Order: sequence, then structure tokens, then C-alpha cells
Amino acid sequence: MKSNSLFNKLSSRLDELSNLPKLDDEVSISKLVEEKGFSRREFMTWAGAMTSMLMLPASFTPLVAKAAELADRLPLVWLHMAECTGCSESLLRTATPSIDSLIFDYISLEYHETLMAAAGWQAEQNLENAIEKYKGRYILMVEGGIPHGQSDYFLTIGAHGKTGEQSAKEASANAAAIFAIGTCSSFGGVQAAAPNPTNATALSNVTDRPVINVPGCPPSESNIVGTLLHFILYGTLPALDVYNRPKWAYGLRIHDACERRGRFDAGEFVEEFGDEGAKNGFCLYKVGCKGPYTFNNCSKQKFNQGTSWPVQAGHGCMGCSEPDFWDKMGIVHEPLGDRLYHTTFGGLGADATADKIGVGILTVTAIGIAAHAAISLVKKPKE
Amino acid sequence: MSKRVIVDPITRIEGHLRAEVIVGDDGIVQDAFVSSTLWRGLEVIAKGRDPRNIPLMMQRICGVCTYSHYLVSTVAVEDALGIKVPYNAELVRTLMLAALFMHDHVVHFYHLHGVDWVDIVSALSADEAKASKLAFKYTPNPIGTGENELKKVKEKIAKFAKNPQGLGPFANAYWGHKTFRLSPEQNLIALSHYLKALEVQRTVAQMMAIFGGKNPHPQSLAVGGVTCVMDLLNPARMGEYLVKFQEVAEFVNNAYYADIVMAGEMYKTEPSVMKPMGVKNFLSHKGFMIGRNDYLFETGIIRDGDLSKVFDIDEDLITEEATHAWYKDNEPQHPYDGTNNPQYTGFVDGQSIGPDGKLVASKNINEKEKYSWIKSPRYDGEPMEVGPLACILVAYAKGNKRVESVVNGFLEQTGLPASALFSTLGRTAGRMLQTKLVADNALIAFNNLIENLKVDQETCATYTIDKNKEYKGRGMSDVPRGMLSHWIRIKNGVVENYQTVVPSTWNAGPMDSKGVKGPYEADLVGLKIEDLTQPIEIIRIIHSYDPCIACAVHVMDTKGKVLSEYKVDPLYGGCTI
Repeated sequence: MKSNSLFNKLSSRLDELSNLPKLDDEVSISKLVEEKGFSRREFMTWAGAMTSMLMLPASFTPLVAKAAELADRLPLVWLHMAECTGCSESLLRTATPSIDSLIFDYISLEYHETLMAAAGWQAEQNLENAIEKYKGRYILMVEGGIPHGQSDYFLTIGAHGKTGEQSAKEASANAAAIFAIGTCSSFGGVQAAAPNPTNATALSNVTDRPVINVPGCPPSESNIVGTLLHFILYGTLPALDVYNRPKWAYGLRIHDACERRGRFDAGEFVEEFGDEGAKNGFCLYKVGCKGPYTFNNCSKQKFNQGTSWPVQAGHGCMGCSEPDFWDKMGIVHEPLGDRLYHTTFGGLGADATADKIGVGILTVTAIGIAAHAAISLVKKPKE
Repeated sequence: MSKRVIVDPITRIEGHLRAEVIVGDDGIVQDAFVSSTLWRGLEVIAKGRDPRNIPLMMQRICGVCTYSHYLVSTVAVEDALGIKVPYNAELVRTLMLAALFMHDHVVHFYHLHGVDWVDIVSALSADEAKASKLAFKYTPNPIGTGENELKKVKEKIAKFAKNPQGLGPFANAYWGHKTFRLSPEQNLIALSHYLKALEVQRTVAQMMAIFGGKNPHPQSLAVGGVTCVMDLLNPARMGEYLVKFQEVAEFVNNAYYADIVMAGEMYKTEPSVMKPMGVKNFLSHKGFMIGRNDYLFETGIIRDGDLSKVFDIDEDLITEEATHAWYKDNEPQHPYDGTNNPQYTGFVDGQSIGPDGKLVASKNINEKEKYSWIKSPRYDGEPMEVGPLACILVAYAKGNKRVESVVNGFLEQTGLPASALFSTLGRTAGRMLQTKLVADNALIAFNNLIENLKVDQETCATYTIDKNKEYKGRGMSDVPRGMLSHWIRIKNGVVENYQTVVPSTWNAGPMDSKGVKGPYEADLVGLKIEDLTQPIEIIRIIHSYDPCIACAVHVMDTKGKVLSEYKVDPLYGGCTI
């Protein structure tokens, strides 16, 4: 019943979108799919994968496929603030199936400093033109923290020396939807770590428009592309957690879907990097894994087309999609110790927000962590 | 009358960068200034933190050369603590480094620098049959240049070109500029490789992720070694790396190499890229271990373009100064001992050439004062170029056999003299030669790793940090953009001081106290610009260095004193969030 009404809602949303004028009459995505050598079947397989990632029922697959076909109606403006370009690089890695990159080709990328051919005045014109021409229709993605307020001068762009903050404000004002890509624009990021010498802050602190946060350092390419698709499908903001992160991607705790979870439950821990436990894939909690305090889908989606993720490479999660993780997650190769219950959730502890983020068993597992940590102090790791 | 031309933002780089030149009526650049317009202050943030957290934090300096800072920062901490890293770990680090070099240089040439050399619009008028045949001139085994493949590439771009709104990231560039030298057929070949390289870079990134967990920003080093022991002990995983490596090496040898040979042939008569360099001192540091006491890169200094003599590095002679950088203390300081504070003085109101060729109001660099967030590193008081070309030249001058074979092969094939390497074209070729050096030799490390794993499975050394002791150490190596060094002091178990001297700082820094220019600025002086509204010549030179500006901008320490102009304390005076 519920899923039926959602289905109808999405269908009518897509009908609306298909009535919009196309940006480019010459190309249709199905044609492009063929040119790139993809069969319709491969395309639907991809749509199926995206559907499950977005936590929609399988019957929604045709809708996701249709949403992808409508993506060309979306102009995209991508701004760089105080950043390292890692998020842009992550976007470039899209592939399995390689059609992710087709979507990337296919959206109308109006402004992206790392990829665009134009420079200087011509680049500035491209940005101004896009904002004017697609007023209220473009998607804004912002990468990087923003030097803010009286120290906004730590970033200027263009011959007029406009500050990054000003530029982000202006682009936000007329965007159809705003996504903060990466932990820096979501929460301030590494430059905002204490003592935050440039007074860098999150995008949501410099605009009064709603901002959807897609944190991670960097976020996986599928979370970036998925966010875009979600907007096309619903036309509204997705369900969000307390940090404005889409629940479909960040509703899951790393620890809960971790491939080493069985080792944790069995009390088998790596004691030192390179030890027998490390060779046998034991749990990384005692060498600093922050998976129990981190909400993201890394353990399911992995990175680089499923090649690996930090825990698979024998290194704990560092909590990079949580606010202020540089300051709040402690020492990278040690467990949080006395802060077992104090996650970054506003200092309230994860259990206080457990119902909001939909992980009901969190309290139980948090106790479990403490118990295991205590037990493993007196118990030798199993071979 | 001389006029100013500002290029800001310089796109297709990492970071935020401005170039500003003063041009005479003859179109020749009389003076040039380069400014970074972003400061993040990561070294300030490093202070007081646990040394084990620093490598992951320093990695966030840059997401493009994502592994460089992670590695060199880890080595700096290990050097300070006196840790001997297991041989297996050294070799795995090399395999990840191999992926970094092949990724970085391929993406730089095709996606960042490529459209400075390749006119995409010109490719539309290419004859694909001719182009397909032409590709054999540059390699016996061309990639992606079958007639049908080229036809598809052409059709794809034709669709872009027909609709100006549809140009997306290719819109409003300097297409048709007089200094583009490739024929339509050659442009089409390169364009096909541009698209192919998008796939290749994904494969290289997977290579890094096999041992790194992910890319960008791998996460598998620990102070003392590596954490990815399970991947090393899994033959399927090793095989995965090997197969992907071979696929990428194939592209390097038959597309990247071939395209540079092609560009060399056509651009060797283009003055704007053959102009002699402004700074002819080169600095490079040993790195890229492929076996016990066997490194691909060598240490040394070449002065004034003289390849007959290579000098050793005395680390005490490395300094940074801030006469024209937005920091308070001007005098040269050694990286271990620097203490500086940000002092932003901004731009000044002025005029410059606008997009339509007329003078417009703009915020200009005040070159008499401070004008960049990048400092000016000097070796023994002299500016140095660092980067792949420096790395290649130093090893070549030292008679390194592996490098000699790569360089001589290239010079023979193109008919270029060795002196041609001292140019923008040479710098771009040097990067490719370094990639080939890696592609041809990195598997020596792979084989040594397999051999060693048979008798030794150690991957991470143990250590303790004594809170009552003081430590200092540095990591130093050539990374894709040149010689990188990280310098750390540890006291009471936490970071007392942290400093990075980064490749792009060496190259992009402003003038020093004597008014001597760094490589970027010196290279721009004397350059002829054909059309002041389309200064592609400037961009081509700057891009040839592969700027990484977030890397270049840093500061050693700040006490948070009141700033001169804005009267704002950047550390404690701003609003807290």
C-alpha cells in the first residue's frame, strides 16, 4: 500500500520532468547508451543496482531507469572552496557498471574548475551564464569548507577577488537543490579542525537554503551519483538524519554490516598491525576502528568498483563521514576508550539518537563493545 | 603602453591559483606574478596532535596526489622515532606509489593539460581513415585509433559542438587559437586517448585500492609499515594488481608515449613552448625503492642547466622565506625551526584586460608588497625547479642506466636535442618519461615482494613513543610533482612543530627578498601572447608544472597575533561555530 502510493508519487514526478524542455534536443540517453556499447539490459541491471542502493523496492527499477534518462535536463554547477579536490577525484572514479560515468557525461556540467577547458574570464562567464540561464533549475554541488565571516579572505576566486563565501552564497541562492559533497562542505572538514585557523565552516552555515550533506573523505562515487538520482526521482529532499545526511546512504552503521563483525562477536581482535590476527582478518576495534561510531554504507558499497575498503585493507574506519571527526574520534590506532558511548551525535551518545537514525539495536551493541573490550583485556586472542 | 592580464581562476589544476602578467604593446610579457588565493593552515592544525594521526591528516593536503603526503608524512614520523620499516612494507608502499605515478601523470596529461595542446574542435574535420593510419607513425601498436573507433569519437564530439549549450565542460575555451599545432587527424587521435584515459585512470585507481583500501585517500599505512597483510598473502589479489598494471603500462607505452612523440614533432617549432626556462636549477631526491638499496630516482642538484655536474643535497641549506607571501616573518627559515603568522594584505584596485580586450576594473596583485599564500623556498639562496623533469635530468646526468635508456630512446625517436628538454615541451615530455620509467621498472618491486614473502611475512614494525623524549625527523622523496619533504618535531608525545616543503611551493612561489623569481614567474617573463583575451600561452606554461596549489600553501606555526589589515585574529578572534 505504502509502496504503491510512493510509486505513484514518483511516476507523476517523472511525468512532470519529462514535460520539461530538454537542454539538448540532439541527444537522448537511450541513443547514448547504444553508442557507448551498452545494451538496454545492462542499463536495466545498473538501474536495479541503484534501486537497491537507494533502498527502494525492486519494482521501482523502471522508475530509476527513467530517472536516469531524464538526467540530461539537469544543469550541474560544482564549486571548489577550501578543499583538496579528493571529492572531484572520487567522482571521476565512477564505473561499475561504467554507466555511472555516462550519467556524469550526460548531465550538463556547466562549471567545474578541475575539469572545464575554459579559464580566467571565460570560466567566470560560464558560471555567471549558468546561474542566470538555469535560475532555479540547476543542481549545486560544493566541495570544500568555506573560510567564513571576518576571515573569508582566506579564499578568493577571480579577477575581482570575490571571496569563496560570497561565491557559494550567490550560487546557492538560485539553485534547485544544494548538495554539500564531502565532509569539508558538510561539516567544515580538516581545515575546520581545532584551532580552525581560517574559520572554515560548512556550506549550511553560509546559506539559508536547505543543504543536503553527503559527507565522507571523500564520499564514494556511488553516494554522489545516488544523491543526484534521488533528487531526480523525488524532486524533494530525501529522508535525512540529524546531520542532514540522506538516510538511504548514511542510515547504516559501518559496524553493523562489517565483514569482520563475526570476529568482533567472537572476541577475536587484532592486537598489533601485522600480527597473526591481522593475517586472519580479526576485528580491528582494538587497533582503532571507529566503525561502531560511524554511519555510512562503506561496508556494503566499498570503493573503486568494489575493489576494497579500509577495513578489508586491514585498517580501521577513521569515522570520516561524522562531524568533527578529526577532533572527536581520538587517536587513529587506538580505541576510543572512555568515550565508548560518546559518538559525535551532539555529545549525546549514539543511543540517544538511535531511533532517529533507525538503528534500534545500537544500545545493545554499544554495551557489547564495552563488554568485548573488557573481556579481550584478560583473554588472549584466538588463533 | 603596458597592460595587465589576469588569469584567475586557472582551471584544470588542484587548488586556487592566479597568474597576472604585465604585457607590452608587442604582446611580450615584461613581468609576471603568480598568487595562490587560498590558505587552509593544516600545519597549524597538526600541532599538539598525536603523531600517529598526522599522516592521515596530512594526506588531506591533496586529493589528487592523494598518496604522496600520506607516505612522506608517515616516513617523517618513522624517521623521528627511529623505526626500521619491514622490507615487505617498503615494497608494498612502492606498488601503491607506482599506481599514484601512473594515475597522476596520465590524468594530468589528458584531462588537465591535454586541451592546451589538443584542439578538440579541430578534430571534427579529421579524416578518420587517415588518422587511423597516422597513428602507426608514433607506435607499432596504437590504442583506440581504429577507423571505426575514431569515427565514433568524432560523432560524439560533433554532437557537443553543434549545440553551444551542450558543450558543458568544453564550453568557452580557446579553441582555434593560433598556437595549436596538431593537425585535425592528430587532434582526433589525442581526443580518442582522452576518452580512453578516463577508463584507464579508473583501473589505476583500483590498483591503488587493492593495497590501499580505497582511492582517493587510501587508508592502509601505519607508522611502522602497512596494514594490508591479508591482501599480500592472497595470490588472487596480487594477480589482480599484476593484470591491471600490465593493462595500464600498455596504455602508457602505446598512447601516452606516442602522443608526446607526436606533440614533440609538431610543437618543436612553436616558440611559446620552446622558450628557454627562466630557472635552470633542478632538485630531485632519491625515492621509489624497487629492491634492497635499489631506487628508481636519484638525489642531486643541477645548477644553471649544466648536466656535466650533479651536486649533493645539504638539507641544512633548504629554507623558506615570506618577503612576498602573506605571512609575517620575512627572513629565510629552516623547516625545523620556522615560526610564521598569516598576514593578509589583499589585492589593490586597478585595471586589467577584460574578456573583450578592453580595460576593466579589477583587483590586482600589489607586487611591491605581499601577494600570495605560497612562500618562497630556496636552496642555498637559489630558486629550484622540482618535478618529473628535474627527476629525469638529475638521474640522466648521473648516468643512471634505466633513465638513460628511456631518455635516449625518446630523443632518438623525435630527433630532438637534449637541450630541448629545458622548455615547456621538455617539462611535459619529462613527465611522460618518468611515467614510462615507472611502467617499465615497477614490477621489479612486485617480483622482489613475491620472493621475500616466501621467507618473511613481517609487514609492520612495533615502536613506542616516549613522552619524556624529544624527537625530530623528516621524510623526503620525489613524488609525482617533484621533491616533497615533511619535517616533524615531537615533544611530550605530541607534535611540537610540523612543516611541509612541497613541490608546487618550490615552483609557484613568489619573488624572494632579492627580487629573484621562482620557476613559474621566471618562465612567463619574455613570453609572447598572441591574443590578450585568450592567454593560452600562460596556461600552457603553468599547466606544464602540474600545479597542486592546496599542497603549495602552508605555514609552519602561528601564534595567532593580530593581523595587520583586518585586525582579526584568525585563530581565536573569529566567530566560533
